[in-house]
Amino acid sequence: MTDTGIGARVVRKEDQRFITGAGNYTDDINLPGQTYAYFLRSPHAHAKLGGIDTKRAEAAPGVLGVFTGADLARDGIGGLICGWMIHSKDGSPMNAGPHPALAQEKVRHVGDHVACVVAETAAQARDAAELIDVDYQELPACVNAADAKSDGAALVHDEIAGNTVYEWEIGDADLTDAAFRDAAHVTRLSIVNNRLIPNAIEPRAAIGCYDAAAGAYTLYTTSQNPHVARLVLSAFIGIAPEHKLRVIAPDVGGGFGSKIFIYAEETVCVWASRHIGRPVKWTGERSESFLADAHGRDHVTQAELALDKAGRITGLRVRTIANMGAYLSTFSSSVPTYLYATLLSGQYNIPAIHASVDAVYTHTAPVDAYRGAGRPEACYVVERLVEAAARELKLDPAELRRRNFITEFPHQTPVIMAYDTGDYGASLDKALELADYAGFAKRKAASEKAGKLRGIGFANYIEACGIAPSAAVGSLGAGVGLWESAEVRVNPTGNIEVLTGSHSHGQGHETTFAQLVSDRFGLPIDQIEIVHGDTDKVQFGMGTYGSRSGPVGMSAIARALDKIEAKAKKIAAHALEASQDDIEIRDGTLSVAGTDKSMAFGEVSLAAYVAHNLPEGMEPGLKETSFYDPANFTFPAGCHICEVEIDPETGVSEIVSWVAVDDFGTIINPNIVEGQVHGGIGQGVGQAMLEACHYDPQSGQLVTGSYMDYCMPRAADLPSYKLAFTTTVCPSNPVGMKGCGEAGAIAAPAAFMNAMTDALGTEDVPMPATPQAVWRTLQGAAPAAAAQ
Amino acid sequence: MPTVSMTVNGKSVSGNVEGRTLLVEFLRRNLRLTGTHVGCDTSQCGACVVHLDGKAVKACTTLALQCEGGDVVTIEGLAANGELHPMQQAFRDNHALQCGFCTPGMVMAAVDLVNRNGKLDEATIRAELEGNLCRCTGYHNIVKAIAAGAKAMS
Ligand code: FES
Ligand code: FES
Repeated sequence: MTDTGIGARVVRKEDQRFITGAGNYTDDINLPGQTYAYFLRSPHAHAKLGGIDTKRAEAAPGVLGVFTGADLARDGIGGLICGWMIHSKDGSPMNAGPHPALAQEKVRHVGDHVACVVAETAAQARDAAELIDVDYQELPACVNAADAKSDGAALVHDEIAGNTVYEWEIGDADLTDAAFRDAAHVTRLSIVNNRLIPNAIEPRAAIGCYDAAAGAYTLYTTSQNPHVARLVLSAFIGIAPEHKLRVIAPDVGGGFGSKIFIYAEETVCVWASRHIGRPVKWTGERSESFLADAHGRDHVTQAELALDKAGRITGLRVRTIANMGAYLSTFSSSVPTYLYATLLSGQYNIPAIHASVDAVYTHTAPVDAYRGAGRPEACYVVERLVEAAARELKLDPAELRRRNFITEFPHQTPVIMAYDTGDYGASLDKALELADYAGFAKRKAASEKAGKLRGIGFANYIEACGIAPSAAVGSLGAGVGLWESAEVRVNPTGNIEVLTGSHSHGQGHETTFAQLVSDRFGLPIDQIEIVHGDTDKVQFGMGTYGSRSGPVGMSAIARALDKIEAKAKKIAAHALEASQDDIEIRDGTLSVAGTDKSMAFGEVSLAAYVAHNLPEGMEPGLKETSFYDPANFTFPAGCHICEVEIDPETGVSEIVSWVAVDDFGTIINPNIVEGQVHGGIGQGVGQAMLEACHYDPQSGQLVTGSYMDYCMPRAADLPSYKLAFTTTVCPSNPVGMKGCGEAGAIAAPAAFMNAMTDALGTEDVPMPATPQAVWRTLQGAAPAAAAQ
Repeated sequence: MPTVSMTVNGKSVSGNVEGRTLLVEFLRRNLRLTGTHVGCDTSQCGACVVHLDGKAVKACTTLALQCEGGDVVTIEGLAANGELHPMQQAFRDNHALQCGFCTPGMVMAAVDLVNRNGKLDEATIRAELEGNLCRCTGYHNIVKAIAAGAKAMS
């Protein structure tokens, strides 16, 4: 065994460059002769483009080119696409409005891309953009999802009636209606899942570069999935064939979903580099991130839970309106459907579920996957309902949950998912203990004495990661397969390069993936290099999102390692004149069991490459690849318990305790997994306590367009967390992993809001529960409380 | 274009800049010191923190010309003789970074806050980090690392 194998708290390999300022992010890259792009954006939520006069801008100092949608169209450059087809319940395909990279005819949200100026310096490009004369004929805007279908609502795409993207449903409506008819108790909630702006701290950036001699393009971009970007830019947008387009995603400063998508800016930069004849670089400013990164969440939901006399859940009915913004972003259509409603069974045995989802266009930025993507919304619905039901029935919320837990696996829910394994009671028990649930009443009394309100809230979340068998997602409308690829190259001298289709933008793959290899062969971790993020190096990859790098990405590596191991054993057995079944690998040595005959790993690899003495018929070399297609989704689950104290004078709330007990299956590096949980909770609390994307309902102006207006969680807003793991190994993949990247963001909003509603004694608290919202709630609640 | 001269990480440097050129642009574009990052346009995120004459400043809110004759230390200049600064080491040991984008600013701000405060409790560290955003870590390990770094610096 090595101390760098599975389960070891290895200090990250990648940190050396980041802590010394030697990271290599897209904006850190400077190519010879590079020019700078600036995007002119729409100041209006909705307007007809009368004309765009670029003459003055073209004459400005340093300007090399000014491009509009007409130029893209002239070159046959296609629009941006949405890669997941959803069908409405009447069988009709979703309505996907056109999404040109630079606007044609109309602009549809504030920040929509109107023109691109390329100049010698960034400042010159920005200055020149002010000289472009655009004839905007302003039109009324529709901003809120709830209004999008009403008569007279402004249409985002003229040809799409009622702003309807799709009207989708899942589950058995009749069975669910029957459950509600027979229910002993029904709990109802109206829930708004607030819109968020992702805000990775590195703004998006891109450098397009055309090599005329080779007739080939290179695009450096802040992407979570460079191969998917290449595929889309090539096959759908038509920049160049795949073999003439290289996409490099170097160090990327956080993504959280927002860097999955293929955006207008990178498309225009790579295309324009041929026209300019020099590299074209664009680095987003933060205000552009606010305006034009795909946003997250934005659901309006009516939800009902039916229970029998014994407190058993018998049915769940959910109606959701999902705001998709002005255009369908890359994977947007899947988020409020298959990533959301398929998780509505939560951790519970629910015999009947029906959900309908109306997705609508509005004059706002596109909405797509953001950390958790659909699953936080589902968890929020289920866990708010269950908590509210417990309160109405005067049952302990832990007890009501326990009564309804799924305890037998595999478990088929009424909404597609087949849970493979889990132990929800174990994580609940552990969390109750760590949170000192038994002592809560005392603590509440102490708070009351001090004039404070104290509340406790649970979130027993489940999510589905590692999506999923490619054929299964294909049948649900996905335009791609969701497998992953890996290549393991053992060099003659015995060091190893692993080329992975996963992409690390903070997740620590260079360490975790190396641990998997170190564990297998007992090799020191500095002998192992992880390579990712370059379509010229890595054979193919689907990238990193949906907590898939562990369960899918590492499974691909594990499969390739199986092949390496088998071949290495054959070579050693041949050289040592033994049977390959007797070869054991330990501490970097292959030895014949029960003898002192052995070869170092490096001797075996050298033997593979010098090829002087290989088994009959064996090809030289020691390099293997794998394309791993998952057998099932994975189902991370756990229990988060949040305790808050509120000062009723000011509405300010403080998180006094946060316990997270998660079941992620096998854990490779606990440091890294805990870090993922911390960060996820941070973002989830951000959503629940502070962050609200707000558009002016009339003008469609983004009111929260900077860090002065959009409240990001800071260190003083968050507590230290108490973490523990309960483990059921995932049976669906060779590494036993379930994925950990999103759990915190999924559980946290429900746990926090359940604590807040407990403290405030009403379900009627908006999210985010800012001090102002809390204070208002308290003012409204005061007379009622006094009357009691 | 006026010329500006200053000391950066112990070396004398000078360059031609516009009046509007920010210190962070001078560092990143003229000197190719890309360890100092830009995460916002409203002086909120702290990704750009460097030390100017021994004090933490936001390089996105400082004009290059303001630094004439100044002594600037960036993340690239923090490690001495190939040895990590104790705060860098503490960030690494405590897994206080994920994507690493906020990290240079965090480390520079952390060194400054230890210099100013000496001994630090958790509440002080959290309050003092007001000017630095991290989207990845939930701050838990950053707070731990700064406490450990402060100890190692004393
Ligand atoms: S870039 Fe300086 S504070 Fe954000
Ligand atoms: S580590 Fe990514 S923003 Fe802090």
